[in-house]
Amino acid sequence: MQFKATIIANQEVSPGYFRMRITAPPELAGAQPGQFVMVRVRDAIDPLLRRPFGIFDVGTVPSEYPGCSSATYLEMLYKVVGKGTEALSTYHHGDHVDIIAPLGTGFDLGDPEEEKILVGGGIGIAPLYYLAKALVGRSRVRFFLGGRTRDDILCVTEFERLGVETYVSTDDGTLGDRGLVTEVMERHIREEGRKKTIYACGPMPMLKAVAGIARQTGTPCQVSLEAYMACGMGACLGCVVKGRDHGDETPDYRCVCKDGPVFAFDQLMWV
Amino acid sequence: MNRPDLSVEIAGIKLRNPVMTASGTFGYGEEFAAYVNLEKIGAIITKGLSLKPKAGNPTPRIQETTGGMLNAIGLQNVGIDAFIEKKVPFLRTVNTPAIVNFFGNTVEEYAELAERLDKIPEVAGMEINISCPNVKHGGIVFGTEPKAAYSVVKAVREATIKPVIVKLSPNVTDIVEMAWACADAEADALSLINTLTGMAIDLKSRRPILANVTGGLSGPAVKPVALRMVWQVAKAVKIPVIGIGGIMSGTDALEFMLAGATAVQVGTANFLDPAASERIAAEMERYLVSNEIADVKELIGALQV
Repeated sequence: MQFKATIIANQEVSPGYFRMRITAPPELAGAQPGQFVMVRVRDAIDPLLRRPFGIFDVGTVPSEYPGCSSATYLEMLYKVVGKGTEALSTYHHGDHVDIIAPLGTGFDLGDPEEEKILVGGGIGIAPLYYLAKALVGRSRVRFFLGGRTRDDILCVTEFERLGVETYVSTDDGTLGDRGLVTEVMERHIREEGRKKTIYACGPMPMLKAVAGIARQTGTPCQVSLEAYMACGMGACLGCVVKGRDHGDETPDYRCVCKDGPVFAFDQLMWV
Repeated sequence: MNRPDLSVEIAGIKLRNPVMTASGTFGYGEEFAAYVNLEKIGAIITKGLSLKPKAGNPTPRIQETTGGMLNAIGLQNVGIDAFIEKKVPFLRTVNTPAIVNFFGNTVEEYAELAERLDKIPEVAGMEINISCPNVKHGGIVFGTEPKAAYSVVKAVREATIKPVIVKLSPNVTDIVEMAWACADAEADALSLINTLTGMAIDLKSRRPILANVTGGLSGPAVKPVALRMVWQVAKAVKIPVIGIGGIMSGTDALEFMLAGATAVQVGTANFLDPAASERIAAEMERYLVSNEIADVKELIGALQV
């Protein structure tokens, strides 16, 4: 659905990273973890296109006034990377943005008996918080969070508050373990124990490494992809990725916006 | 005053208003049904179709530019068999004419597609893409040489009794010459402009941003070029012209009609505002009401030079 949202808060949580809370219609409470929103940053022609953001959180707060209905909110976590996010970062409480949401196919929560391994790289943690919220209480959840340096590690406290076991690593060792998040995660995946499922979101090299580990260890794995897109509804075909059966004569392109952004790793072509 | 008349006719296709959706920006209609009332727009023009499914170009395929966007999708589409099986049933449920955009690699392929589309009752008309700038073999030749354009339009004309619209490329020296060739081959109408070939460069990596290197520019940035070409072509031919290029508002659409367009297509605007086509038609109606114009057709070619 398409709606005008009012910004409730827009806070810089780490240098260059913002967490924005906006008002949303009650229907948004039904959004699935892993779905995304398209934001029209300005009612102008520059920036022209909407920008896609993963849903960081959706919730409902009780009304401050007795007898009034409760209010739904939606949160996005974003990194300032260009014209669109730069403009967005200047917004304050009370400003408005135009939203299309929820879009796309989200995560499959799977069997509660399995242990859930969440892997996030940098801003890739954005869709994992809402996922963790849906998983805790059902399943054991461990969250592996990596970044280049400590400023790229976001919202650790929020995950811990959910009761998620959180493991932090940085490439330069300024926070948590030194090294790649995939290396830390791999050690835990190879532990004996109950069956596991991996949920990953982050930069492509990280996702490739995660997919490799999933394949080697025979662990089911879902990845959430990021892509440039113009429409978010399967029309522009700008955001496609190659599916497992892709060939020149037998095209198998999948739209990140509609078939994804979440895919089972074995549905994609990783070369 | 009574509600103004927004209806127009293109080659026998009756449109409730002049706003159509441009091919490649609106899928097969179904994708947008949740956001726009498809029965408030003039016509739906579907994604360019070929005989066989087409993979399209590698990614990155799109890039925003100032006031516009570049695309090099490479005509990815499901092919005519899947179109008939999976897309036509939805179009049947919508009380709005569906016009099918299509392309081929050879004159024979164009004719074969036209012949097959001719048999589908849900297809109100056809728009021939002779102008996509992204495909190395095929479209580009037909779209830039008047003789080649003539032969492909002629072959399609002989393969169908349905209305035939030819979509023209702006990437030519003289668009009027192309328009004449298509009109000589008995096209029923012309639509213009397709995208302008452009490119975007990433200074940091010293590489082009699109995998295809070049792409087609669309959006508000191209509107002045489009207006000029519509004006030139509309003066030169007797068949109706459909204006395309950066239309974002009712005002934009009416400017194209003044330049000589009988109808318009909304393209890039659908991406940022999925209800753009419906909104633009409503804005046109409001303009007519507030300026006491009874019939939108009064504005076609009414430009005072």
